[in-house]
Amino acid sequence: MRQIWDIHGGIHPPENKHQSLGEKIQTAGIPSQLILPLSQHIGAPAAPVVNVGDRVLKGQLIAEAKGFVSAPVHAPSSGTVVAIEPRIIPHPSGMTAPCVIIETDNKDEWIAHKGLSDYTGETKETLLDIIRNAGIAGMGGAGFPSAVKLAGHPSKPIDTLIINGTECEPYITADDILMRERAEQIIAGVKILQYIVQPSEQTLIGVEDNKPEGIAALQAAAAGSNIEIVVFPTKYPSGGEKQLIQILTGREVPSGGLPADIGIVCQNIGTAVAIHRAIEFGEPLISRITTVTGNACQQPRNYETLLGTPVQYLLDKSGFDSSRCSRLVMGGPMMGYTLEDTATPIVKTSNCVLAPTRDELPAPPPAQACIRCGMCAEACPVSLLPQQMYWFSRAQEHDKLEEHNLFDCIECGACSYACPSNIPLVQYYRASKAEIRQAQQDKAKADRSKVRFEARKERIEQEEAEKEAKRKARLEAAKAKQASAAAGDSKADAIQAAIERSKAKKAAQEGGNAPTENASPENLDPAQAAIARAQAKRAGGEVDETSEQKTERLEKQVASTEKRLTAAQQKLTLAQEQGDDKVAAFATAVEKTQAKLDSSRQELEAHLASLKSAAPAEPPQAELDPAQAAIARAMAAREAQANLSETDKLQQNVSSLETRIAKAEQKLAQAKEQGAETVGVLEDSLAKLQDKLADARQQLENHNLESQS
Amino acid sequence: MALLKISSPHAHGPMSTAKVMRLVILATLPGILALTWFFGFGTLSNILWASISALAFEALALKFRSRPIGFYLNDCSALVTAVLLGIALPPASPIWLILVGTGFAILICKQLYGGMGYNPFNPAMAAYVMLLISFPVEMTTWLQPFDGGVMGNSALLGPIEALQHSLGLGSVDAVTAATPLDILKQNSSATLAELWQQTPQFGQYAGIGWEWANAGFLLGGAYLLYRRVFTWHAPLSMLIALSVMAALFYDGGSSNSGGSPLFHLFSGATMLGAFFIVTDPVTSAVSNRGRVVYGALIGILVYLIRSWGNYPDAIAFSVMLMNFAAPLIDHYTQPRTYGHKKSAKESN
Ligand code: SF4
Ligand code: SF4
Repeated sequence: MRQIWDIHGGIHPPENKHQSLGEKIQTAGIPSQLILPLSQHIGAPAAPVVNVGDRVLKGQLIAEAKGFVSAPVHAPSSGTVVAIEPRIIPHPSGMTAPCVIIETDNKDEWIAHKGLSDYTGETKETLLDIIRNAGIAGMGGAGFPSAVKLAGHPSKPIDTLIINGTECEPYITADDILMRERAEQIIAGVKILQYIVQPSEQTLIGVEDNKPEGIAALQAAAAGSNIEIVVFPTKYPSGGEKQLIQILTGREVPSGGLPADIGIVCQNIGTAVAIHRAIEFGEPLISRITTVTGNACQQPRNYETLLGTPVQYLLDKSGFDSSRCSRLVMGGPMMGYTLEDTATPIVKTSNCVLAPTRDELPAPPPAQACIRCGMCAEACPVSLLPQQMYWFSRAQEHDKLEEHNLFDCIECGACSYACPSNIPLVQYYRASKAEIRQAQQDKAKADRSKVRFEARKERIEQEEAEKEAKRKARLEAAKAKQASAAAGDSKADAIQAAIERSKAKKAAQEGGNAPTENASPENLDPAQAAIARAQAKRAGGEVDETSEQKTERLEKQVASTEKRLTAAQQKLTLAQEQGDDKVAAFATAVEKTQAKLDSSRQELEAHLASLKSAAPAEPPQAELDPAQAAIARAMAAREAQANLSETDKLQQNVSSLETRIAKAEQKLAQAKEQGAETVGVLEDSLAKLQDKLADARQQLENHNLESQS
Repeated sequence: MALLKISSPHAHGPMSTAKVMRLVILATLPGILALTWFFGFGTLSNILWASISALAFEALALKFRSRPIGFYLNDCSALVTAVLLGIALPPASPIWLILVGTGFAILICKQLYGGMGYNPFNPAMAAYVMLLISFPVEMTTWLQPFDGGVMGNSALLGPIEALQHSLGLGSVDAVTAATPLDILKQNSSATLAELWQQTPQFGQYAGIGWEWANAGFLLGGAYLLYRRVFTWHAPLSMLIALSVMAALFYDGGSSNSGGSPLFHLFSGATMLGAFFIVTDPVTSAVSNRGRVVYGALIGILVYLIRSWGNYPDAIAFSVMLMNFAAPLIDHYTQPRTYGHKKSAKESN
């Protein structure tokens, strides 16, 4: 017998699974309208590639993935696109989001598609591409794009592949029935996953012991393979990814980390089947198994449901009696959320529609005072202290909440379930998490501007100081020269001064360049990056300036260096004539000044070139008045943006900033190569862009979070 | 159709606070039965007066705080306080003593702090300590227990007599006697074996009646453990700590002996304390580890106070002292969260 581990806490709510297991999987059929949200996964929403009025075939791509963490959407049946507009999507907030709406034609006509006859001849990348293009996202509930998860860390070898067949939530039987009826497909999918992930040690399918038939079917299908079915005692929430990993391997995913960090990849059973169908038949993800259950349904059962099917359609098929229903839940009774509209569509992550009667899930009684009985802590699978977090949450003590690891809470609801005082604990945690996130973002923003402000201030001060120092140095040099003119043998001092000057200059230059390496954009921590940038700027001692000022400054620099070079050359000649033994020192000084002159000239050239190249991409009149052109551009862009949804806008903002940063980085690299002094300025603007990008990203994230919760 | 919007979880467990409280009251029955059997109906008269007055005080306080009276009375927490205080007081205590006790417990220790769940001290124990300090004579006058039961035993108070006694009516003469803990404390010359022979109050391991009352509370506690009303951590660690202390200072039963572990386990309010007071969730430490520490420290304190303190029994004092320390214990015993190498405290 294989060793299994126990998780802390957990509860045993009534399972209520038998109701929906009386019948085999039924095909739900084709509803007259399919509503396909562009975002059925975690990550960027897909972008539609069809237009209203287009006829689409079953399996045809209707929206493509945008970005790395995203997933495309396909037409689940043939028909006509009748609208692309916001509709209510399955989401705790009951919000609307862009959807493609297809009027089906009942022909269910497939687009040409073909699977791989032998995937073992293909590379991992090819298979990942197929999975990505098939739009497969975790079907257990979270909806993380599978291809991203499978691509994994190149640095961390995966030793264990875990397939999650736990299905620990009460009522839901979608995975159970899949195991009973399609065990071969599951195993076929797992084998593909094995081929992709190449786990060096083991492949485990974890199933709770309340599914004996499913377990038997899986065992039969897996016979002779190296896939092991691991059965463990039923307890909620064993099916949480982190909990399952602990049960099967005894390892814990580090807080804030991913399973891949400890060499584990975890996939759901339904996902395995979807992968199998994508690879071996070329079918994208267009349907899933959804349990429709609860006592308000006369015929609770599992349906093979086309994505986009309205919940009402399924309820009608199941003999739903709305007068008896207490609430409509998408998902299970522990972690599901209530639906306010039965027109909400089934999506890639919809494993269950629960329609309980009032007796089954009565309205929550009023909460009483917390008696600190600790039953919540006994139930928590993550070993948190829910009662303490509840107090802190009420008192808005965010520091304390974080100290008590609020962010490790998986919102499983076990604590609320166990609480004898009926306190809606999870609700408090959700609210506090949102508050803390918001506060963090605000703070990060404020910090960034502060760093920027201070760096600027310091830069200006330093510039002043440098000017002062230069003036002094010049004064002294002049004095030294006078002295040397007066007395030939005091030349040594002048030489010394020259050497020191050039040394100082060199140091200044080095100081300006060295820290910029730390400020490279690879630095992921935004705060650190900001600090590094600020330091770099400080060392560089650059000021903000317009291009005209810059041209002027560079020209002056060239001129003054030229002068200094002449002076140094003169001194050198003089020394040579007199047979002075400081000739060598003079020679180096000349060389250095020469180098300095060269670099200044180069910089000037580069700057002039960049002034030219900034404009030509624009139409001719733009060259005449770049400011106006810029305004026109900005206005056009704003108009275009106004037509986009909030999310799209934010995303566009992010991507445009990304392009700009890429360009700026290129320029910076160039400047660095040439050792130009513009490096500082470029870095400054790059830093600003990066700040903007961070802002934009956060806004986007905020927006996504808001729309999720 | 109007669909309800409720956030998860939608299912709720079978436990409710009122149910927890009722289970606790139910679990005190065996102990109360034993007390009544050996000491007469005085305990019941205590509980009666305490319950009535506690509910009245609670209702009064809720009215003043304009809270829904029925809703809060229903949680039965005032009743638990009343029953525990009634058990802890000497049987057939005068009614004024009881009223002062419940008034202090409910009004000051509980409602003044914001009601159930907000009280830093166990109300029953705080009231007990207050009474003990203010009225030492009344609080240390215990009736003499008799073997053979309450039925037809004229030396024990019957129901009517107990009520009369508590009201100060009639001329009921209850037989009082020092408790075994008192006797042991006062003893300086006799060995334990001699003490057992000389004194009628001693029974098999501890005092007559006391043994059975403690056994009764142990039984009730085991039932609550079985019903998962609380975990074993605090009570067990308290009992173990007390036994270990007793074993360390037993010294073979000489005249200096502090009494055997069994004597301590079955004397005074040990079992009542372990299963009904130390387990009071509101005022104890919150994590399991914290509760082990909390229980163990109470066990040690109980022994120290019993042996070297000024009061013969020590549960109430020890519990109150540790109520003070509970937040500190919590601070140092935060459990290690999943995915963290160390608990939050250790990693600081
Ligand atoms: S279960 Fe409820 S009443 Fe008990 S400690 Fe937790 S929050 Fe408080
Ligand atoms: S919801 Fe959070 S605090 Fe409550 S039991 Fe689950 S993980 Fe623990």
